[in-house]
Amino acid sequence: MTDAATQSAQARRPSMTIRMLQVLRDLVRRPSGLIGLFLVVMHVVVAIFSPWFVPYDFKALDSSLILAAPTPEHILGTDALGRDVLTRVLLGGREALWVCFLAIPLTMIWGGLVGVYLGLRGGWVDEIAMRIVDAFLALPGILPLMVLVFVFGAGNEVLIPTLAFFFGIPVIRVARGATHDVVARDYVLAARARGHSRASIMWRELLPNTLDVMMVEGAMRLSWMLLTFSSLSFLGFGVTPPTPDWGQMISEARVYMSLAPWGVLGPMIALSSLIIGVNLTADALAKTLGIDRTRKAVV
Amino acid sequence: MIDLLVRRLALGVVTVWLVSVIIFAGMEVLPGDACTVVLERDAQGEVLENCRKNLGLDRSAVERYLSWAAGAVRGEFGVAADGQTKISTEVALRVKNSILLAFGALVVGVPLAIFLGVVAGLARDRFPDIFVSTAAIFAMTIPEFVSATILVLILSIWLGWLPAVVLTPADAPMLDFWPEFIPAVIVLIMVMVAHIMRMVRSSVIEVMASEYVQMATLKGVPYWRIVFKHALPSALLPAINVVALTVAWLLGGVVVVEVVFNYPGIGRMMIDAISDRDLPIIQALVMLIAATYVLVNLVADLMSMLFNPRLRTLKMRAK
Repeated sequence: MTDAATQSAQARRPSMTIRMLQVLRDLVRRPSGLIGLFLVVMHVVVAIFSPWFVPYDFKALDSSLILAAPTPEHILGTDALGRDVLTRVLLGGREALWVCFLAIPLTMIWGGLVGVYLGLRGGWVDEIAMRIVDAFLALPGILPLMVLVFVFGAGNEVLIPTLAFFFGIPVIRVARGATHDVVARDYVLAARARGHSRASIMWRELLPNTLDVMMVEGAMRLSWMLLTFSSLSFLGFGVTPPTPDWGQMISEARVYMSLAPWGVLGPMIALSSLIIGVNLTADALAKTLGIDRTRKAVV
Repeated sequence: MIDLLVRRLALGVVTVWLVSVIIFAGMEVLPGDACTVVLERDAQGEVLENCRKNLGLDRSAVERYLSWAAGAVRGEFGVAADGQTKISTEVALRVKNSILLAFGALVVGVPLAIFLGVVAGLARDRFPDIFVSTAAIFAMTIPEFVSATILVLILSIWLGWLPAVVLTPADAPMLDFWPEFIPAVIVLIMVMVAHIMRMVRSSVIEVMASEYVQMATLKGVPYWRIVFKHALPSALLPAINVVALTVAWLLGGVVVVEVVFNYPGIGRMMIDAISDRDLPIIQALVMLIAATYVLVNLVADLMSMLFNPRLRTLKMRAK
């Protein structure tokens, strides 16, 4: 029993890379996964390399070209300050992707570790912690973020920890639930019988076996975080001008929508395609790994 | 059953209490208080001290929490940071408008979502399902301000059917918001229908694959009879909780939608309060929204207990 459990625990670890490649292969075989992944990769590539190939300077004002219609020189027209819309659309996802790609790992690590620990620990610690989690979940989603950004400014050093903190709270619940599903399995009992410490059980038995759920959860949280980030920015609680950001661009261009509808179309398509891409990927990932995502929808 | 009920009620009370502590502590930690906001640059020395004395801010945090909480229980949240407006009357007005918006969305959205969810679930992986499920992913993921903008572009600017923003003042009678609030309701319906529909769909699929439905099929019960008599009653049970979350979401201030359409509900009040640094209003609103969230979920849990024969008899069988 002991030997078998140790062996299986050891056998799991080196195969991790191979398993990830297998998941990726299965993901790409699904149409939704392929489209989703394509959209995400495209946005990431554009975000990384756009500063080198944008046609204009994103802050360059041109008072002779205010709200100009699309022309060959300005393919998506210009905005209310005469700036090239295409340039700003190409650059407009950088902040969102940067912030969310940094915040999501933090979210999953803190939420995941706390959740797995509580699932294993149980007892009064779990009971009290879950009441606090419930209380935080009752807070109206975007409001604490707005308050903190308003008070401390919209710098990344404020946004990233704040987003990671508030997005980690529902993750605690998910990780705890996933732990409950595996904590009574034989290999965990075996590890307990061998006298392994809680940390060792968490690291060697629980984390690898809740990984599937956490990957799906992470992909889903990423799409919600991008949505939240751009909503904040749309409401004026996001990046500071003149840094281009889609949410902010849409909010600015909306005012002139009847005169210059091209101003909103570019950022709207860019933002929506990114979030849809992440969501399609998350959906395909859930199906590939056999996890019913809809059960955990909302919040 | 009674045990379960009492335990669930107690949990609700504990959660609301914890929320109040979190909110109060959060506001304590943030720099500045009502006095520094009102007095702005004059906030120093004797003036500041007097102001704090008048508002009772010189008391200890525990004392202030107790008096705030005691007021909140009675629905009294004191006055706004300007020292005049009574928060409860102002909030009541906005709550009424938010309820109107939520009601409009729920009346159309919930039946539509359940219908689509059942259709998609029964036709799993065939044309209606693929169409509805794909549309749901789009409705769910496209940011509200994007779908709102598209809607305004089409309905208001190109077709000219509806006004782009609500111009009716906050204290107008409910009927005045017709038809101005329709675009806002449509945007909300899109999001909520997608969520509820996905939930209903997976629940229908699960129940239709269950043993007792198979049994009924093997016994030769007609298909539609199985669907309506055997499957749907238990398949729709989980929908109660999703609908509850939706209600909580709708009543919790749909900030973005209200801002886009200039609708005078709780969401816009929240944004205004933040820009004005009006701490008492923010506290009151967050408390109210969180309490609503807890209450709605409590009602949903009680309802699922009531309607779920398995949960109802669980305790009896245990005895």
